[in-house]
Order: sequence, then C-alpha cells, then structure tokens
Amino acid sequence: MRFILRRLGFYLIAFWASITLNFLLPRFMPGDPVSRMFARSQDRMQPEQIEALRKLLGVDDRPLWEQYADYLHNIFTGQMGVSISRFPTPVTEVIASQIGWTLLLGGTALVIAAVVGNLLGILAAWRRGGAIDSALPPLLVFIGSFPYFWLAMGALYLFGVVLNWFPIRHAFTDGLEPAFTWEFIGDVGAHLVLPALTIVLVSIGGWMLGMRNTMIATNSEDYITMAEAKGLRPSRIMLRYAARNAMLPSVTSFGMGLGFVVGGALLTEVVFAYPGVGYQLLNAVQGLDYPLMQGLFLTITAAVLLANFLVDILYVRLDPRVRSN
Amino acid sequence: MTTAILQQPGKTADKTPAARKPNRSFVHGLLTNKKALTGMAVMFVFIALALLAPALFPGDPSRITAMASLEPSAEHWLGTTAKGQDVLALTVHGSRSSLFVGLTVGFASTFIGILVGLASAYFGKFIDEALSLVTNVFLLLPGLPLLVILAAFLPPGLGTVILVLVITGWAGSARVLRSQALSIRSKDFVAAAVVSGERAGRIMFREILPNMASIVMGTLLACVIYGIGAQAGLEFLGLGDVSTVSWGNNLFWAGNEGALLTGSWWVFVPSGVCIALVAFALALINYAVDEVTNPRLRKIKTPKVNERSASK
Repeated sequence: MRFILRRLGFYLIAFWASITLNFLLPRFMPGDPVSRMFARSQDRMQPEQIEALRKLLGVDDRPLWEQYADYLHNIFTGQMGVSISRFPTPVTEVIASQIGWTLLLGGTALVIAAVVGNLLGILAAWRRGGAIDSALPPLLVFIGSFPYFWLAMGALYLFGVVLNWFPIRHAFTDGLEPAFTWEFIGDVGAHLVLPALTIVLVSIGGWMLGMRNTMIATNSEDYITMAEAKGLRPSRIMLRYAARNAMLPSVTSFGMGLGFVVGGALLTEVVFAYPGVGYQLLNAVQGLDYPLMQGLFLTITAAVLLANFLVDILYVRLDPRVRSN
Repeated sequence: MTTAILQQPGKTADKTPAARKPNRSFVHGLLTNKKALTGMAVMFVFIALALLAPALFPGDPSRITAMASLEPSAEHWLGTTAKGQDVLALTVHGSRSSLFVGLTVGFASTFIGILVGLASAYFGKFIDEALSLVTNVFLLLPGLPLLVILAAFLPPGLGTVILVLVITGWAGSARVLRSQALSIRSKDFVAAAVVSGERAGRIMFREILPNMASIVMGTLLACVIYGIGAQAGLEFLGLGDVSTVSWGNNLFWAGNEGALLTGSWWVFVPSGVCIALVAFALALINYAVDEVTNPRLRKIKTPKVNERSASK
C-alpha cells in the first residue's frame, strides 16, 4: 500500500509538472506566439472568447500567481478553452472525438508487439545460439533503426500505392457511417493494418532483446537446474519456471512502452492521416492552435501517467517483494 | 536503452590497484569485436562523406532546377526531386546537419546525464531524491509530444532543435549513469578518498567517473542515436528549420511534394536508409560495448546451455 501511495504521489507531481510547463511555455517564450495566433484569427471570434483565450495563454496583466491559480482551476474543471482551427468547438470535445482512434491504434500495436516480442525473446534465450537467437535480433535491431515515419512511408508506398492492398489514409472510408456493423468494423480493421504494422515492426525488437537478456540470466538460476533434474517437460520449465520469473522487467517496460507508442503513433498517424490525437496535435501546431495543442499535450501526458500507475498496481500483485516492504 | 539498464551488473570488478588495465582490455575487446568493427567502419564512411560533401557536390544542393522528378540515371544516380534537386547531393549534404545535431545532442545530453548522475550518487540524501524525481518526471513525460509542444513555442532554427532534443533526451542517460555511479560510490576506494579529504569535484570526476567509462560510452551512443532519430522526426513534422538540408528535412519535403503518391520512391528511400544505417552502426558499437564489458553476453557457450540445446 505504501508503495502504491508513493507512486501515486510521484505521478501527481509529474502531472503537476506538465501542467506547469503548459502554463509557463506561452508566457515565457520569445517571439510572442500568442499574438501571432490572435492576429491570424481575431476576426472570427467574439470579444469574450478572445478575453478567455488571452487569460488561458497568459496575455494578461494580472500577477503571475493569480494567473496560475486561475489556470489550475480551469484545468481541473475541464475548461481548456475553444479550439481555434476548429472554431467554436471546445478543446475537450475535439480531443474526445479523437482519442479513441489513438487508443485503438496504439493499443493494438502495443499488445501485438509485446506478446509476439516477448514470446520470441523467450524462445531465443531458451535455444541460445539457435535459429531464432542468431538471425532475429540483428534483423529486428536493423528494422528498429529506421525512423518510425520512414517505415510508415515505405509501407504506405509498397502496400498502399504500388500493391494497393490496403487503404492509405484515414481510419475508415469516407462517407461510411460509423456504426457497429460488420462492414464498418472490417473497414476500420483494413485501415488499421498498415499503421499498426509499422509500429509493431519498429518496437518488437526492443521487447525481444529485453526478454532474451533477462531470460538468459534466469536460465542460469539454480531452480532451473533443479526443475531439469526433476525431469519436468522442457516446455513447462521454459514457460512456468524461467519465463514467468523473467517477465517482471517486461511488465515495467510495458508502461514505459506506452509513452513510446504515443510518440510513435504520432508520426505514424501523420503519415497515414489517421485521425488520432497525434495527427490532431500536428494540425494544431500548424494552425497555431495553442489551446488545442496544450489540451492534447495534457491529455496524452495524463493517459501515459495513468497507464503507468495501472502497471504499478499490477506490479504489486505480481511481485511479492514490493508488497512486503 | 533498456538493454543498457539490464546489463550493468557485469562490470563492477575491483579496479583500485590498476585503474588503467581494464580500459586497455576494453579497447582491445572493441577492436577485435566484429560488431564494433562493422559499426565503426560504417560511421567512418558517413563522417568522411559529411566532411567531403562540399568538395563532392559543390554548390547549393537545394537549388531548384527544371529537371524535375527524374528517375535514377547515370547523370543523377539517385534521381531528382519534384523540384529538380539532385537526391544524391541532398542526401550527402544532409549528413552534415544530421550528424552534427546527433553528435551535439548526444554529447550535451550525456554531459548533463553525467553531472546529474554523479551528483545524485555522490551527495545522496536530499539532493539524490530531488534529482531523481526530476529525472523520473522527464523520463515519464511522453517524449515526442513534448518535443512538438516545445518546438511549436520556440522560434524555429537549428539551435531550437538541439535545445529541445537535449531537454527531452538527458533523463535516460542520467538514470543509467546514476545507478552505475551509486554502485561505485559504495566501493572502498571512494570511501578512502572521502576520508583523506579530497574535494567533492575531484572524487566525482577523477575517482568515480573513470571507473564507469564503458557505461558512459554506451549512454553516449544511445543518446546520439536518439538525437539523430528525434531530429529526423521533428523535421519530418516540419518543426525544424525547413531551409537547411538534412535527412529529416529531405523526408519532410518528400512527403510534402507527394513523392509517395507519384511513385518517386528514390526521393524518400536514401535519407531514411542513411538514418537507419547510422543508427544501426551506433547500435552495433553499443552492443559490442555491452558484450565486451558484460561477460554473460559474450558468445562463449557454457556447457550447460549446450547440453540443453543438444537434448532437444
């Protein structure tokens, strides 16, 4: 319990840091980006909306601490202002309509990469020097060296443009009504293949090597020798004895991996014009839509922190050593 | 990064009597390691290309000409872009900015990592708690969105790109270096130095730091890889300085000019392959450093492993 509370405190501090960063950035940056934004979109807005945005982004004569208190209050009551590129939609609404796509893309890719990568790592370490162990790691490290977005471009070009197997942009076919029908789900699945594939390809190597290296250490433990001496089936020793004990670092990287997936998904989403938060974040940057940018950054951060917290809770269940002290 | 964290326990042998000796065998180990040699050869080629770029392809590589979207030919080995620029010249010139930013970011973030890691480990207590907290917060904040936000608010330019990449990149190295420094901090020779009244700075940089040289090197390589990749990502999103020629900007323009949709694969392939080759070469050197310093990962097959794989 103490462990969980400590972690919770840590995540709250991290979240506070990102809010404060959000607060400070527009106020202390040179070049006054906020004025640029207003100059661009002033004629479309109501005076009171301009006033609210000015306060949110710090074009404001009040003392700093007062602005800060106001800012915190607004964040925790969910008032993140209105989006400028999609005027007059509130930022929260824009984000809500898009976060699902990122969760779908990132979640699918992360789960596939983690499961397959860990299994390959287990097999590689178990038959050390075998085919999987000698051929796959260098290959995967090499694939992992390519930039996310470049593999995405390659996949788009090869499978989308040249072979025309999969759709190359957006999350579903234009004009198709989102509904729980097989047609729509199949369509979403087809649009998901290429973006998810690129994320899996890039991230799978890290999972595999991490698992392999821990497994190698676990394989030399005495209880493995003992299990062999007892004459247990090799598959049972591999999965129940060695892999089970080597899993813990992978669980931690799963939480960390989420951060990378959100980042990787950002670039992949941009290449495939996939309507998730990453694609929206870039659009917000290009449209000088600072309220939306800040809202998206906070949402992404909150999601990553929450996921890490859940992983911590899981960790406590998995590792009795954490519980005892 | 994770592998570097996982593989530390190998290198903690006592080095008090002869601090130089392990270093020499470390260099020897690297020079006889196939991975390290391959990696260093690739890096050598790229650094040579970057230095010789103005001589090989004189003139401004991004000058717009009428020879648009030509396929690779004898005259333009890698074809031309939609704006008529020679892709080979762009790629070779691009290596200058990419390697420069990658190396600068790598050295700067490793340097900060060393300072933070050593200070944490040496002073301990409150300073360690505070520094570790900051490090962990930076580690946890999603890197690329943070990059995008920072780059959006700062004025565009090469300096911004470097600054932003260092801000998001130092934390990983600080964490790795701190844990290694902690294990050296608890050694007797450090205690002896403290008792004999040496200054804190001297103990940190002359006693502790030389004993973690291989980890520092691994961290540096990882940071350079990060720098090159992240710069490319940032520039691909159009958040770098789009007027400079670099691999990331080449890809940005390739995407912008619709090279994918018009089938001009030769425009976007070379820059991506170069990034991958450099990152792979650095990763190879990094793995070699791990192998040389961590006996468990060396390719010596213990009898036990042989028996098991033979029995199946």
